[in-house]
Amino acid sequence: MVQIDALIRVRDLHKIYKMGDVEVPALRGVSLGIDAGEFVAVMGASGSGKSTFMNILGCLDRPSRGSYLLEGQEVGSLSPDQWAAIRNHKIGFVFQGFNLLPRTTALENVELPMMYNGLRGGDRYKRALDALSLVGLGDRLHHTPNQLSGGQQQRVAVARALVNRPSLILADEPTGNLDSTTSAEIMELFQNLNAKEGITVVLVTHEHDIAAYAKRQIHFRDGLVTSDEKTEKRDTE
Amino acid sequence: MTLRIALRALRRNKLRSFLTMLGIIIGVGAVITMVAIGEGAKALVRSQIASLGTNVLVVLPGTVTMGGARTGSGGVQSLVDADAKAIMEEVPSVALASPTLRQTQQIIGGEQNWSAAVQGVAPELQQIRDWVVEEGRFISPADVDAAAKVALIGQTVLENLFPNEEPIDQIIRIKKIPFRIVGILGPKGQTSQGTDQDDIVMIPYTTMQKRIMGVTYVQGIAVRAVSADKVKQAQTEIAALLRQRHRLPPDRDDDFNIRNLSDIAEAASNSATVMAILLGSIASVSLLVGGIGIMNIMLVSVTERTREIGIRMAVGARSRDIMLQFIVEAVVMASIGGALGVLIGIVSSDIVHRTMEWPILVRPDIVAIALLVSSGVGIFFGFYPAQKAAHLDPIEALRYE
Repeated sequence: MVQIDALIRVRDLHKIYKMGDVEVPALRGVSLGIDAGEFVAVMGASGSGKSTFMNILGCLDRPSRGSYLLEGQEVGSLSPDQWAAIRNHKIGFVFQGFNLLPRTTALENVELPMMYNGLRGGDRYKRALDALSLVGLGDRLHHTPNQLSGGQQQRVAVARALVNRPSLILADEPTGNLDSTTSAEIMELFQNLNAKEGITVVLVTHEHDIAAYAKRQIHFRDGLVTSDEKTEKRDTE
Repeated sequence: MTLRIALRALRRNKLRSFLTMLGIIIGVGAVITMVAIGEGAKALVRSQIASLGTNVLVVLPGTVTMGGARTGSGGVQSLVDADAKAIMEEVPSVALASPTLRQTQQIIGGEQNWSAAVQGVAPELQQIRDWVVEEGRFISPADVDAAAKVALIGQTVLENLFPNEEPIDQIIRIKKIPFRIVGILGPKGQTSQGTDQDDIVMIPYTTMQKRIMGVTYVQGIAVRAVSADKVKQAQTEIAALLRQRHRLPPDRDDDFNIRNLSDIAEAASNSATVMAILLGSIASVSLLVGGIGIMNIMLVSVTERTREIGIRMAVGARSRDIMLQFIVEAVVMASIGGALGVLIGIVSSDIVHRTMEWPILVRPDIVAIALLVSSGVGIFFGFYPAQKAAHLDPIEALRYE
């Protein structure tokens, strides 16, 4: 089943790590497609290959074999600089550990991706301000990460992921370092972005209640997809 | 943009940045100071040489062997004023020549007395030695012909004999002979040996021969060649002329000595240059050490900021963006260090000048070179750490704790 508007299409994706003389397969033939506007949770135990899969989707790692089409473009054969451009324009990352620059204000952290695409100072400021307002931190512009709570830091990270208007947000265990209340807030933020802004979200998690926020769940085990199903929308309950 | 990122990164670790810069600061400061001292010495030597007159040769009586014992230089009375005339008239590479005689005498003038060098000269000496007449006139040809009792006095003599009076037309007595002062010589300062050139009274050489010393010979002949490149030629030609005039057979040694002041000048200037180069290169070593310090800290900084590099790569920084960031950081650090070093160099040169009373000369081109070199040091020693940063694997870098 080939969809015309597939945002992501991977076919027979293999990734093999070499540990000395031993070859460790992390992905052993993954094929799937994700459409624009989907909210997907990628689940699996550690070592299931889900992180490797995310790294490949995020243009941080190269598959050993197989093809990866992002918006119809074959990504595997591109140069590192072209990858950097894709990461800059098309993908926003949200990490478990927030990964904000320390001793740097929320505003400057959000402006960071725009420093690498030649946007002018005035436009940078305006877009960073918009992104921070969207995640509800319009009044925390000049706070540095250590002056913000974990939930607020993750909101800054989400704003940073949004600021270049990517077609895809990749979130790697975004609630792993947060308590359940804050986790719920962040997940609702993702849900809102997906529903109202139409941004595609791919989320890695091993918690079922977090995965339940997504509209589709993909399970990994031993480098293969074991299940792939659409779920009930939780926000309609 | 990149500059702002670099400045912010340096501000984040103020003390460390400063300590790293210190190597460059000391290096550049040392270079500036050392070169200033070296150049100052060179300039001093040059001005001393200029005060002796340019293109100048001095002919002195030679030595003679009497029963196995050789007299010192000037031990024979082989030169006469006719030799000076002949040198000036017959040697084409010579512009001017003047006989000279010199003796220290007690000078009585005004209500004071003072011991000074009395020099008997011809009018030509003024141009040979570049003497300036501050007031009045120099010795005239008529003074020489008449063995007139006229004198010019130097600045030191003026200060000691006539501190508050108009000296022109005053009478001074040398060996009880009255001399009328007709002129005052401009200041020349000390020679490199510390002799005060202004402690002098000049009178016609004929007067000196007849009335003061009672001799017919001259003690030396000062000669000026027509140009600097004719000095060597003049030396040979004068030697040939004097041998002929003194009727010396080929197997006899010269009974005179020709000294070339520009040789002495060149040697002195060369040794000053060697000193300047030596001081400069010692100082450059500290600049090198400073550069290694920058490299060291940049390597630490790259390791420390591995995660930051990972984040920047994840949000779209290319290898060359990361590379540029770290190189700019190193260059900014080195350049700020260089600028502070220049400042310190100028200040410490001034301190050396004031406390040691050494002549110093801060050359603007040396300052510009020092600034360029320190930026160059930043690029050179920042390159390897920057390259290391740019080649990090983003996945590894993001995971780095």
